[in-house]
Amino acid sequence: MSGAERIAAAFESARAEGRRAALMPYLMAGYPDLERSREIARDYVAGGADLIELGIPFSDPLADGPVIHAADVAALAAGANVTDALSVVRAVDEHVPVVVMCYANVILARGLERFADLLAEVGASGLIVPDLPLEEAPAIRELLDARGLALVPLVAPTTPDERLTRIGAAARGFVYTVSVTGTTGERDESDAGLPEILARVRAHSEVPVALGFGIGTPAQAAAAAAAGADGVIVGTRLVRAAGEAPGEVRSLVAEFAAALAA
Amino acid sequence: MSSGIEHRFGPYGGQYVPETLMPALAELEQAWLEARDDERFQARLRGLLQAYVGRPSPLYLAERLSAQVGHPVYLKREDLNHTGAHKINNALGQALLAQRMGKRRIVAETGAGQHGVATATACALLDLECVVHMGTEDIRRQQPNVQRMELLGATVMPVQAGARTLKEAVSAAIRDWVTNVTDTHYILGTAAGPAPYPAIVRDLQRVIGDEARAQVFELTGRLPERVIACVGGGSNAIGIFTPFVPDTEVRLIGVEPAGEGIETGRHGAPLTVGGPGGSGGILHGSYSAIMQDEDGQILEAHSISAGLDYPGSGPEHAWLRDQGRATYTAITDREALDAFARVARLEGIIPALESAHALAWLFNNPDSELDIVCLSGRGDKDLAEVIAKL
Repeated sequence: MSGAERIAAAFESARAEGRRAALMPYLMAGYPDLERSREIARDYVAGGADLIELGIPFSDPLADGPVIHAADVAALAAGANVTDALSVVRAVDEHVPVVVMCYANVILARGLERFADLLAEVGASGLIVPDLPLEEAPAIRELLDARGLALVPLVAPTTPDERLTRIGAAARGFVYTVSVTGTTGERDESDAGLPEILARVRAHSEVPVALGFGIGTPAQAAAAAAAGADGVIVGTRLVRAAGEAPGEVRSLVAEFAAALAA
Repeated sequence: MSSGIEHRFGPYGGQYVPETLMPALAELEQAWLEARDDERFQARLRGLLQAYVGRPSPLYLAERLSAQVGHPVYLKREDLNHTGAHKINNALGQALLAQRMGKRRIVAETGAGQHGVATATACALLDLECVVHMGTEDIRRQQPNVQRMELLGATVMPVQAGARTLKEAVSAAIRDWVTNVTDTHYILGTAAGPAPYPAIVRDLQRVIGDEARAQVFELTGRLPERVIACVGGGSNAIGIFTPFVPDTEVRLIGVEPAGEGIETGRHGAPLTVGGPGGSGGILHGSYSAIMQDEDGQILEAHSISAGLDYPGSGPEHAWLRDQGRATYTAITDREALDAFARVARLEGIIPALESAHALAWLFNNPDSELDIVCLSGRGDKDLAEVIAKL
């Protein structure tokens, strides 16, 4: 099964098992250090993750808020390099599909083709590049397509329908829908416009629609599912836990999974 | 000027930003295309540049400086602009554009504080809310400008991340813009960032070169042999270079900060270090020459001059470099400090530390018939930092 097919299957089995949405927790590779980030990835699987989003640390993560930015900086300070960070995929890829999240310059520095090869080698299923909009994406998408890996696009509440059509047509794996106008981070309020945003994205796309940014509690995850998300991405809350109380990560993921259970 | 707006300069430029910002960039590009061709908008901008900023800025024959280097040297006196630097040309133009787009809130980044002051000034004039992101290290070394911004009604947001200088201030401003994009315009201060910024900033700064080219003809009846400007992101340089680019006999010299020395790695000179075709990477939304390690992690820049303390560069500069049309070179902190003091005594002009890099290169390379140096700003803001080190 190709990476893109594994992603599709993960969403499909969540649906087949009657769950309200697939759970996709995010972790920062190399944070707090390499070995512990592998343990956290395994805890995610044990806690009930359907897919995992694995962040590769970057010095200047423009789409991320202060918590994940600080984790980037800490991971780099702890010595994480790109090769080691990608190797974290291997800790869990037998169990769940892993989608790598990586900023564009890190990919470019390695060379697009070599980076695509590396993703395939470590067993990743897809790639998310938060600073690579549709217009800049064709070259890497072609390389990933050739390896059966999914280039997952992001859409935002500000994305107009005309762009949604083009982004949806080029989407592989799923569409990462940014739930708020802003950077990653926990938020108290939940956006009343979620059902509308999700419906708009769904109308322009044939792959599943996952929602991320600002989902920090099981109740918010449940609300995202109720609003129509096929998948829910939880990032900052878990990265914070990885720094503050790594022992609780597994039960925290289990709480999110329970909130999405049938 | 009737053509569209460049997204790429050769391989450089592009739009490497979160999707959230893409509609805002498209809106900005459309607004600029319309404003650029709107005579009423241009007349308003021209009127303010003249009566409020004090343009045209003089092209001044620096006689004692000329005698020392052995040929006529003309200084393009951007230091005489209102707020004391070239930054006001761009800030005022973009603030007018924001007003035209109906955006009432402005964010900006600043390093030396000159762009922050210029933006705060334009916002006061046009009654716009202004938030300036500034690294805490720069807040420390450019205290007078922080006080000016606050007096002008701006909110200065301290940025604690990284080296606490210009790179992190730009990142913080972009994050602010991502979060508040519906009612906010980001006035980027340099000719870098995602398209259409490099083209907009160049269009607004080329007034420097348009004036200088006409003035040098009027004063000397000829073109200069060299046009010399400092380069951080490169806005004053692209502004003065642009009208001279077709004059292939004029050498264009961009002077980057060598900091403690190129060989130490503690510099801010990606165009110089990479050489033609080198150092390509993505920083703050565009592909250009940047300082990075083999994994693509962005390195910290080092310069005594807060306005040049930046690991990136404008994409059009990288392209001018690769085409061989402009040459980029670097000057150390020490050389810049010496030029700073020397020009103060020679000409009674205290240059900004940024501009002192261009002057230092001139002292090191006196062999020429006629030069124009862009004196991009005044150095009052640098006194506290410089006096201790002279």
